[in-house]
Amino acid sequence: MKEAPLPLPYPDQGNSKGLHVCALSFLGNGPYTLDILPGECVGLIGRSGVGKTQLLRAVADVIAHGGDCLLNGIACSAIAPPLWRKRVAMVPAESYWWYDTVAPHFHGGVGQGQSIELLKKMGFSPDVGGWRVSRLSTGERQRLSLVRTLITAPQVLLLDEPTSSLDQAMVQVVEEIVTDICQMKQTICLWVSHDREQLFRMANRIYRVEAQALVEETTECM
Amino acid sequence: MHVISLSAFDLGLAAFLLILLAATSLRIGLGLEKRMLISGVRMTVQLLLIGLVLKVLFASSSLWLVLTMATIMLLVAGYEVWARQKRKLSGARGYLISTGSMLISSFTVTFLALTIMVGVDPWYTPQYAIPLLGMLLGNTMNGVALASDRLTTEIYNHRAMVEQRLLLGQNWQEASGDIRRDCMRTGMIPIINSMAAAGVVSLPGMMTGQILGGSSPLDAVKYQILIMFLIAAGTGFGVLTAIWLISRQLFDDRQRLVLDNLTDVQE
Repeated sequence: MKEAPLPLPYPDQGNSKGLHVCALSFLGNGPYTLDILPGECVGLIGRSGVGKTQLLRAVADVIAHGGDCLLNGIACSAIAPPLWRKRVAMVPAESYWWYDTVAPHFHGGVGQGQSIELLKKMGFSPDVGGWRVSRLSTGERQRLSLVRTLITAPQVLLLDEPTSSLDQAMVQVVEEIVTDICQMKQTICLWVSHDREQLFRMANRIYRVEAQALVEETTECM
Repeated sequence: MHVISLSAFDLGLAAFLLILLAATSLRIGLGLEKRMLISGVRMTVQLLLIGLVLKVLFASSSLWLVLTMATIMLLVAGYEVWARQKRKLSGARGYLISTGSMLISSFTVTFLALTIMVGVDPWYTPQYAIPLLGMLLGNTMNGVALASDRLTTEIYNHRAMVEQRLLLGQNWQEASGDIRRDCMRTGMIPIINSMAAAGVVSLPGMMTGQILGGSSPLDAVKYQILIMFLIAAGTGFGVLTAIWLISRQLFDDRQRLVLDNLTDVQE
């Protein structure tokens, strides 16, 4: 007798808001399950190589995975991949550039609306669009990469060590910008870092990524 | 005008030049001497054999013999295109894509030329069909192989950049667009350069052969113009087909870059 198919491990979403990571598994890791409400920032910590970056890549749907993710009740598998990745945007630890100058990498250019304000906050002059990518420092690339994603107004931000190449003053600026976006636009943030102190400052909850599970850690400073 | 017959000694003298080059390669450590000599021997044996086959083929004028011969040529060309790629698509699909691209680039164009432009009756007359197909397969094979090799290598080397573009919400065509266009140019530039240089820098092989064979230079030129146009069109469409089909294999149905399909480079 043919067995009845098992129910999908999705919670009853209905009109529920937020990001729901449902039994996500990849490359032998997981299944991971996690619910994040709008405006929340969740920190991910764990030893090198455990799969933190791969977890973000799976949520962004750029690697094959089991399980699914739902954003505001809509499953990743139910919508076109580019649309999902615009809503659930990942900023990798190392940024990549393919044109000679900065401007063409920005959707709609760098002189438009929100980008001017963000670039100014990040310490860039208005002529940054004409700068040659080959002359950018690692820190400048990291900041510009963040702006490049933020101006697309994603509903979920997946940040992979977004301040690893920045000085302390600029780390504070980035943290303020992300906090503002989470609070004002109700953007969801998944922040991977090895800097426990930073996650204590930024995250509502912190999880330690293990190969098979996410273990919640206390967010109280020791 | 009669063609001056070449003796075995004449061919041996020409072969000696290749041996001299192989010795030079050995002396300066190029590491190409073995391949050079094997290719030279292979070419000689292949051409002698094809000379015998063509003799039988021309005498019979059978459609089935011509089609069998053409199919063998196509399958070998498909293998050559596939084998020349440094980082190739694994399994049967890699070979099928290479062969399919050669089918588009050569078979269809040759058929058009035989039926419409040359208008030979019957269209499969082996004296026309086999040399035309051979010219097209040989010349378009280079372009298709170059473009295919470059595509898999470039996508592999720039995988992080392609994924970055996917992460910014680009679809697979946008994320790989610059690389794909670059590879198409790589495949087509040799034939474009050949067209530009024809008659000024170089006298193409087919035309030279016809003139040596006693045809009038004007007739030889007309055939050469025809064949150059056919090769250019065949290369272009073959390259476009190969790039499209290989690209589709490098992204899955969720538009994720999947490089598990590529074989490892064996140094």
